Amino acid sequence: MQTVMMCQALESPNPHPCNLLTCALYCDLSSASHSLFLKESQSSSSVVADNGLEYEAVIGIETHVQLGTATKAFCSCPSQYGAEPNAHVCPVCMGLPGALPVLNDKVVEYGVKLALALHSEIALTSKFDRKQYFYPDLPKGYQISQYDVPIASKGFIDVDLPVEFGGGHRCFGITRVHMEEDAGKLVHAGGERLSGSSSSQVDLNRAGVPLLEVVSEPEMRTGLEAAEYAAELQRLVRYLGISNGNMQEGSMRCDVNVSVRPKGRPQFGTKVEIKNMNSFSAMQRAIDFEIDRQVTLENEGLGHQIKQETRLWEEGSQRTISMRSKEGLADYRYFPEPDLPEVTLTQDYVDATQAMLPELPNAKRRRYESLGLSMQDVLVLANDSDVAAFFDEVIGKGTDVKQAANWIMGDLSAWLKNEKLAITETKLTPAALAELIDLIKDGTISGKIGKEILPELLQNGVSAREAIEAKGLSQISDAAVIESMVDAIIAENPKQVAAYRGGKTKLQGFFVGQVMKVSGGRVNPALLNKILLSKLNC
Amino acid sequence: MISRHLQCSAQAAIPTRTHVLETSEQQASTHQRPISVIRKIRESLISRERTAVEITEGYLAKLQEREPHIRSFLHISAEKALLDAEEIDKLLSEGGGGELGLLAGVPLGVKDNLCTRDMPSTGGSQILKGYCPPYDATAVCKLREAGAVLVGKTNMDEFGMGSSTESSAYQVTSNPWDLSRVPGGSSGGSAAAVAAGQCAGALGSDTGGSIRQPASFCGIVGLKPSYGRVSRFGLMAYASSLDVVGCLGASVLDTAILLQVIAGHDKNDSTSSLEEVPDYAAQLLPVEGLSSKPLAGVKFGLIKETMDEEGVEEDVASAVKAAALHLQELGASVTEVSLPMFSLGLPAYYVLAPSEASSNLARYDGVRFGPRAHGEEVMSMFGNSRAEGFGPEVKRRILMGTYALSAGYYDAFYKRSQQVRTLIQRDFKAALQDVDVLLSPVAPSAAYKIGEKLDNPLSMYLGDLMTVNVNLAGLPSLVVPCGIAEGGTCGLPVGLQMIGPTFGEEALLRLGHIFEQTLPMNFNAPLLTS
Repeated sequence: MQTVMMCQALESPNPHPCNLLTCALYCDLSSASHSLFLKESQSSSSVVADNGLEYEAVIGIETHVQLGTATKAFCSCPSQYGAEPNAHVCPVCMGLPGALPVLNDKVVEYGVKLALALHSEIALTSKFDRKQYFYPDLPKGYQISQYDVPIASKGFIDVDLPVEFGGGHRCFGITRVHMEEDAGKLVHAGGERLSGSSSSQVDLNRAGVPLLEVVSEPEMRTGLEAAEYAAELQRLVRYLGISNGNMQEGSMRCDVNVSVRPKGRPQFGTKVEIKNMNSFSAMQRAIDFEIDRQVTLENEGLGHQIKQETRLWEEGSQRTISMRSKEGLADYRYFPEPDLPEVTLTQDYVDATQAMLPELPNAKRRRYESLGLSMQDVLVLANDSDVAAFFDEVIGKGTDVKQAANWIMGDLSAWLKNEKLAITETKLTPAALAELIDLIKDGTISGKIGKEILPELLQNGVSAREAIEAKGLSQISDAAVIESMVDAIIAENPKQVAAYRGGKTKLQGFFVGQVMKVSGGRVNPALLNKILLSKLNC
Repeated sequence: MISRHLQCSAQAAIPTRTHVLETSEQQASTHQRPISVIRKIRESLISRERTAVEITEGYLAKLQEREPHIRSFLHISAEKALLDAEEIDKLLSEGGGGELGLLAGVPLGVKDNLCTRDMPSTGGSQILKGYCPPYDATAVCKLREAGAVLVGKTNMDEFGMGSSTESSAYQVTSNPWDLSRVPGGSSGGSAAAVAAGQCAGALGSDTGGSIRQPASFCGIVGLKPSYGRVSRFGLMAYASSLDVVGCLGASVLDTAILLQVIAGHDKNDSTSSLEEVPDYAAQLLPVEGLSSKPLAGVKFGLIKETMDEEGVEEDVASAVKAAALHLQELGASVTEVSLPMFSLGLPAYYVLAPSEASSNLARYDGVRFGPRAHGEEVMSMFGNSRAEGFGPEVKRRILMGTYALSAGYYDAFYKRSQQVRTLIQRDFKAALQDVDVLLSPVAPSAAYKIGEKLDNPLSMYLGDLMTVNVNLAGLPSLVVPCGIAEGGTCGLPVGLQMIGPTFGEEALLRLGHIFEQTLPMNFNAPLLTS
């Protein structure tokens, strides 16, 4: 079998609708930078045009989530990203004559999990269909997908908007969730795209990798809402452990449909599809750009120029450009896949899956809110399932909730960011952090010492108590010891004592500093102040 | 009971060719029961009467000798076949006779749409010229595991689309009974090869009659198993919901043994059944031990709609009626049964099969395998590869199927045909509650002349009238030679179709065996010498 399949693929006059050009162009937006980009945009849900009409945007999103199964959807090839081209192929995913698909059970399991997490109605009997079109990266000439009977439909997703933009809760409808297989990838020589390339090569490692397509109701009104919808979906799949949701690797791809209409009008305007958004931030900017573009056209009386088309987001110029017209819609000639039996589920299976679901982001946020945390803290903590799990374990030890949140979002997160590590990659256990917080609270160490020993805990996995003892860092709370230190400082600094007693009471800080200096910062500050004042004021 | 014995004379000349026909020693005027070629090979191996190499050499010699006249093989694997035979002999000489597979040393042909890793597999199409698959079809794999010696790949209508094997991109196969006639199709190469003694049995595939009709045309036994009985993995798909891999043999027992080997669930084919595979050959006993009325209590139903005077030639109808009489003499009851929806099957089939075909054949695009035509850009490369690679019948069906599945036509064609399919299934189910087995002719006529129907696709399609419904219903069907129609130099064989309920192969084979063994007729094709 050839390892690389060459084909003289020049620009096709009628490129197929699969988002070929967008794959591999996504870059992931890590949770750390998540809150940053949101500050750039505005979240008003309507635009007042110059003609006085108030326009609103209607936004719907189709998201492809690549599932993290060990093997592909219909064969036993590894479903891995980043292997040598055509290293993970077999007769089935290459579409060789005579090969037949066999459904991977995990795909159904993951589909049911996401469907349940989206509160959707699960079809106990669903089926696969063939979606037919010709393209070099589509080995069989059809994609195995689900057409009229998807595994789930009629769900919803809860989203909390960022506090910086006024916050607020939104609930967006989910039209459907269906299972399908991915296509392969074209690699173009002499050009980044099929257009203008001298030759193209086909890599089928991705062909047959399982996807869940999640289609939203057209219920979003702003770029912000759309980006937050996508971010919540990413959070869900990560919480469920069904996908890494990584946009950079193309594990999560969003196609957005945008139209505008005068506010209050029930009919939709002409919708435009936007592809090629690398991040949530890009999604938001692309949508806001597109809304502006459409409203401007309407405003200038050029509404008829809004065509049903696919537009690409160009990161460089920060604008959408026309890719192809969608007039004369492609006919995919769907029909039931005869090689696969219907997918039948029992209610028991669905119930058992439901029972095994972890606590999901929205439930987590509501619980954190009820613990008295600020919405800002809630959003940060619940953003990442690993961070949330860590936090939950810390507070599970009876630790002060606010302190736990502060430590995790403050010093711990700063250190992780600096070291470029995830919370699961450190040696710090939730129990160790809980102990550290408790030791500060009971006065064994000061907060400052706590901050100093944290890296030791993170790097070496020692307990807070061990670190303190090894370095002799426990707080000095023995009044007699402190008194002798204070006496020594007073004796060494007669001028300052005279000045203090002469009314320069601000010098108290100087004496505290001196004691801290000689003690290595270990003196209990409250006790020190008490003793110091009594000595200075006598 | 009819007793129209073969009376073929050695002097009779074949009009279009110069060869001389020779009467086989078995073709005497006295009746000889069909024997199981496969069992005979086994017995001679075990008794050390002959070695597997000798047997294979014998078949290969006959194959080579007759091939110029019949042209049933697209690829002959003589060298590998002899090596495989040597392995069997080695096993035997090492005393491993006890582990001898069911098909040890049996030279078999395989239809060219079944993938074989050591032989090219073209499906009779130019678009797969020179293509060697990297894997064996499950059915082929099972043959090898049972010790079979695969002698080659047999000719067929391109991707199974045709009823005469004339749609092969490579060659026209002749009917061993009359070289100027077609062997039927699409498994025409397999049927002709078995009838000509070029191999001891063969695999075929049946989507709308492609095993049964050539078996009938060539005077051999053809078995189309229930849908899902045999794995389709490695069978180049024509119409996935109808395709079945099956067997062709010289006797019912031969097809029973072949089915025994290839049947069963396959994890690579989700549509293969988990239903247990019975011992098909166990009940096929020598008829000497049977009572004079061995079919007493068995109820046969002759499908009324297939005996229509306008649709079926008189010779064929009378052969089938005679067969019915023979069954009655064996103690069975034969009644006429009506399947009201029967006539709707053919149009439904010619919507559903091309629809699936249009999709199944989309993978032949010149990108990953097979010849690639030049194109200025990728879509014209696809178009040119397909235009050059597919023959006219395949193109016709791809066009029909693409049309039927198009937006706006789906409901009127595909969906409606599926509804018809359900009705036909119900008809069969109801009928098979009243009778054990349904009977019908296999085709409206015996083998016709090469070229006779080539320019008239509709008349070719009409020939599938009696077989396609069985595929729509997914039922098993056995074709056994039952009579001789006029034609050729010494008559042309006519087969009887016996249709049973889903997974009812065991009973079908038992009844077919008794019928075959008691019918006082011989069906040996006139043999050729140069």
